[in-house]
Amino acid sequence: MEFAHILFLAFAALAVVAAFNVILQRNPIYSAIGLIVVLCSLATLFLTLNAQFISAMQIIVYAGAIMVLFVFVIMLLNVRSEEARTDKQKYLKFLAAPLFLALLAEVIAVVRYVNLTPQPLPSANNAGDPSTVLGTVENIAHGMFTNYVIPFEAASVLILMAIVGSMLLARREKPEEIARIEKALTRQQEEEISKEEVAA
Amino acid sequence: MSSLLNSIDLQYVIGALVKIAIFWIFIMLVVAYTVYAERRVLAVIQNRLGPNRVGWQGLLQPFADLLKFIFKEDIIPLAVNKWLYILAPIIVLIPAMMVLIVYPFGPEVPLPFGDVISQTINDLTAKIGLNWNVDLRTINLYVTNMNVGLLYVFALTSLGIYGIVVGGWASNSKYSLLGGLRSSAQMISYELALSLSVVAVLIQAGTLDLTKIVAQQSGWFGMKWNIFQPPLFLPCIIAFTIYLISAIAETNRVPFDLPEAETELVAGFHTEYSSLKFALFFMAEYVNMMTVSVLATTLFLGGWNGPGVEQFPWLGVFWFLAKVFFFLFLYIWLRGTLPRFRYDQLMNFGWKVLLPAALFNIVLASVIGVLFL
Repeated sequence: MEFAHILFLAFAALAVVAAFNVILQRNPIYSAIGLIVVLCSLATLFLTLNAQFISAMQIIVYAGAIMVLFVFVIMLLNVRSEEARTDKQKYLKFLAAPLFLALLAEVIAVVRYVNLTPQPLPSANNAGDPSTVLGTVENIAHGMFTNYVIPFEAASVLILMAIVGSMLLARREKPEEIARIEKALTRQQEEEISKEEVAA
Repeated sequence: MSSLLNSIDLQYVIGALVKIAIFWIFIMLVVAYTVYAERRVLAVIQNRLGPNRVGWQGLLQPFADLLKFIFKEDIIPLAVNKWLYILAPIIVLIPAMMVLIVYPFGPEVPLPFGDVISQTINDLTAKIGLNWNVDLRTINLYVTNMNVGLLYVFALTSLGIYGIVVGGWASNSKYSLLGGLRSSAQMISYELALSLSVVAVLIQAGTLDLTKIVAQQSGWFGMKWNIFQPPLFLPCIIAFTIYLISAIAETNRVPFDLPEAETELVAGFHTEYSSLKFALFFMAEYVNMMTVSVLATTLFLGGWNGPGVEQFPWLGVFWFLAKVFFFLFLYIWLRGTLPRFRYDQLMNFGWKVLLPAALFNIVLASVIGVLFL
């Protein structure tokens, strides 16, 4: 029994309880807060696995940015409680069981086939050269910008496309712009009419 | 079980807890006296006296205020969402407090009577059958030196938004809700510029570990600060400016205190809060001010580095606190001097001025870094 085990059990239990909270709550705000708790406890689990960078990123990206947006939207729309829309999704529940089984099979496969011998973790006091230590920023950056540079760049292009796409969808013509276009069109029509009159 | 008690982990955890307790008390004192200093300095700026009745020159005022906060009636309005209303101040304060474990207060210092203390601890633990070997002759003035120190600070400060937004929503009052929404929008916007601005320092230092960033700035008789240190001093000065402005916005202070603009929103997200819950919000604001001041000191002004630190390591604590107090004074000074922005001006400034400037600064820093570093 080590401290890491105690921490693991505590935060794993917290994550599971909060995950149930996410799906069982009727009020979307409570669900969102449950999800934040899940993400934070996962970050702590990453810390006990010496994945410091992943842990920090988990909180910055998911808990700090994406969930803030979720909470923001829920509050802005002021959704009081879940509306009765379950009848629209009656086919989804037949999909749920196979998906759950697939996920379970994946977990079993990981537990069965992945090498589970723990990596030797450096103690808190002697870290050594950071780029050789598992989970440090230097180590991850080294991998990301040498061996995995193409997947990394591909992912960033994908995200860029998503940003451009959302901007395109959200773009709205300004009223004066519309008025200008209408004016130009009517002038064109008038000119055509006057040309026809001259021709006649 | 005995292996658990004997392990190096337990000694590490207890040592960390003791340090956290000491730093925490220290930071609470600094926070309490920042409030007092704010009231006195504002009074000087506005040509009045300020609190000067409790103790000599009002020096016991923070404790009187604390007692008042504790004994005031704790009102929970009927229409609020009770659980979230109670939870919100806690969500604000805990992440703000958690950051203090990576503050580098000073260099490795010799502890007075360190050998006696460590001998006593070893003897006492040996009496109850433990085999500890504690060495406290020199101690580090930080709780932990994380490899991701800076990211840890950013992660936790971004969690503080939830407390404000949840508090505003749970209060079930239009002023609180508007204040909470404004505040979160503002913090999300300025967080970008804040995080991007520090990249120049990271290129200079080559690490995210706050203790190493400070160590990298030692030299030149303690004046090799990042804003003076070639080759990246120019991007660092720009980054420092951007950081300072966005830090003020990030902590919701004047001139960016839109979330609690009295004339429009009563008191913003904490309008409905009273007693100790209000005090928690209040404390969190000052702890956050302290955090951004500590980060500014550490990243740009050399942390505990200063003249004479090599000879007298304890002097490092003095330099560190002097720089942090300078930033805290700057906050108060600005509050006494500047008027408030309008909301659209605030958003325009954040997204159209600070963010492009920070991005440009990254390009500049990278180019200089590639060419000269």
